[in-house]
Amino acid sequence: MNRKLNLWPARLDLLQSLSGLALVVFVWCHMFFESSILLGKDAMLWVTKMFEGEHFFGEPYPLLVSAIAGIIFLLVALHAILALRKFPSSYRQYHRFHLHMNGLHHSDTTLWYLQVITGFLLFFLASTHLYTVLVQPDNIGPYASSDRIWSGRFWIMYALLLLSAHLHAGAGAYRLAMKWGPASLTGSKAARHKLKTAMWCIIGFFLILGAASLATYMKLGYDHRDHIGERYMPSSHQVQQE
Amino acid sequence: MNNIPLAEEHRMLQIQILRHNPSALLCDSDKGSHLQTFEVEEALGMTLFIALNEIREEQDPSLQFDFVCRAGICGSCGMIINGRPGLACRTLTKDLPDVIVLAPLPGFELIGDLSVNTGKWMRGMSEHLETWVHNQELEEINIDVIEERMEPRLAEQIYELERCIECGCCIAACGTTQMREEFVGAAGLNQIARFRLDPRDKRSDADYYELIGNDAGVFGCMTLLGCEDMCPKNLPLATQIAFLRRRMAMTTG
Ligand code: HEM
Ligand code: SF4
Ligand code: SF4
Ligand code: FES
Repeated sequence: MNRKLNLWPARLDLLQSLSGLALVVFVWCHMFFESSILLGKDAMLWVTKMFEGEHFFGEPYPLLVSAIAGIIFLLVALHAILALRKFPSSYRQYHRFHLHMNGLHHSDTTLWYLQVITGFLLFFLASTHLYTVLVQPDNIGPYASSDRIWSGRFWIMYALLLLSAHLHAGAGAYRLAMKWGPASLTGSKAARHKLKTAMWCIIGFFLILGAASLATYMKLGYDHRDHIGERYMPSSHQVQQE
Repeated sequence: MNNIPLAEEHRMLQIQILRHNPSALLCDSDKGSHLQTFEVEEALGMTLFIALNEIREEQDPSLQFDFVCRAGICGSCGMIINGRPGLACRTLTKDLPDVIVLAPLPGFELIGDLSVNTGKWMRGMSEHLETWVHNQELEEINIDVIEERMEPRLAEQIYELERCIECGCCIAACGTTQMREEFVGAAGLNQIARFRLDPRDKRSDADYYELIGNDAGVFGCMTLLGCEDMCPKNLPLATQIAFLRRRMAMTTG
């Protein structure tokens, strides 16, 4: 038959999900790098240097960090512009959704609304964080980050980012599994229930991991508040100097 | 042993009904929409169908609501029961608290009180999605010849989806349809899934894409799963929607 289908609705839906999936994978991996501070300042320094390519090229290239931040920024922008289509867009739509949600008491409906709210917050929070990394890629490290978090008062933003990003990512991953299969493949309520329990466990795990790391950075920043700007020397160096 | 229950104490149910009669708006007796409370004594095995009929017979003959089969087959008694859509004839009062709030299904044309015109919506959806077998050959069919055989497994699969009674609960349970009138809802998507299975329907995936390959169709669904959780016939709606989404995303034209 001679006709042209408009394939854009399919592509946009797929892209929305793929960009979301890529961001979820990134955010979850990111947590393990970020929480390296829990293993000590040397561990975090090692991770920092890995991202700057020092372990591979022999010297640091902070621009690599900028590049990663740039790519994530583009992914967030792509995902946001696609997901924006789903936001309620008028007073009437908000009103009807609220009426609906408040009467229904249905957890997946409420979970979607939570995703809309956290998604909206992420516009600002993710942008702030990514911009910092983008323009100050060399300003990351055990002391540099801790100073920014404590003396620079970034901890407020990071606490909100942690909460919104993980609620959003966890709920998003669950929705992806239901939206495309595999979880909806069997139609089994038990499988869905398990998936949802797993979602809350994952969210809980990352929130605890993130909160512990943030507290560690805050403590380091507090102790270091009189030496802002001073960089951390790896303990192997310190030993050699003595 | 005597197991025959003696006269028990029955609950007094407070049934609050959202009353509104659009056609009587001009009468001066009309109070607009308001909640009216009726008291009904619960009986053993009482359904909302029984309770509502008691109210209409004994307390207020002007109360409007729909019933035909009172057995969960005709799909006419869908309503909002304490915030959630469900079939009144299949809802036992013993599963509900003392205060029961009833409202008409949102998203449909209101006829009056609890009666809504789901038929009009379903017909519109059906015409829009062309939910009938498309097959040129069938137009010249010789009815003296025995129909082609169908695998029992396939027939069962089709029958599973055919069970939809068009009650409208999935439409009322879906935040997307509540926000966006043009969305065909789970009932519509389920119909497409049903005809797609049917070997007598000669439409291709590209044909189906033309009908649901947009934001009023399968890509509009935001996976809120209200439909899946509130369909009184327990249709596998999430499975069908995810399946259609994959097929439609893979359609190339
Ligand atoms: C500016 C930032 C963001 C905004 C405005 C935003 C907004 C949204 C909205 C409204 C939805 C629901 C869409 C729907 O129901 O179809 C959504 C889904 C999703 N989001 Fe985000 N989001 C943002 C950032 C992120 C980030 C950083 C991640 C990863 C951690 C993420 C992962 C996801 C996933 C996996 C989904 C499900 C995708 C889908 O349903 O196709 N989002 N987002
Ligand atoms: S899919 Fe279920 S809830 Fe929707 S109209 Fe059919 S029977 Fe009713
Ligand atoms: S999954 Fe959600 S959005 Fe999709 S049709 Fe069902 S209730 Fe509506
Ligand atoms: S009266 Fe027919 S479904 Fe309830």
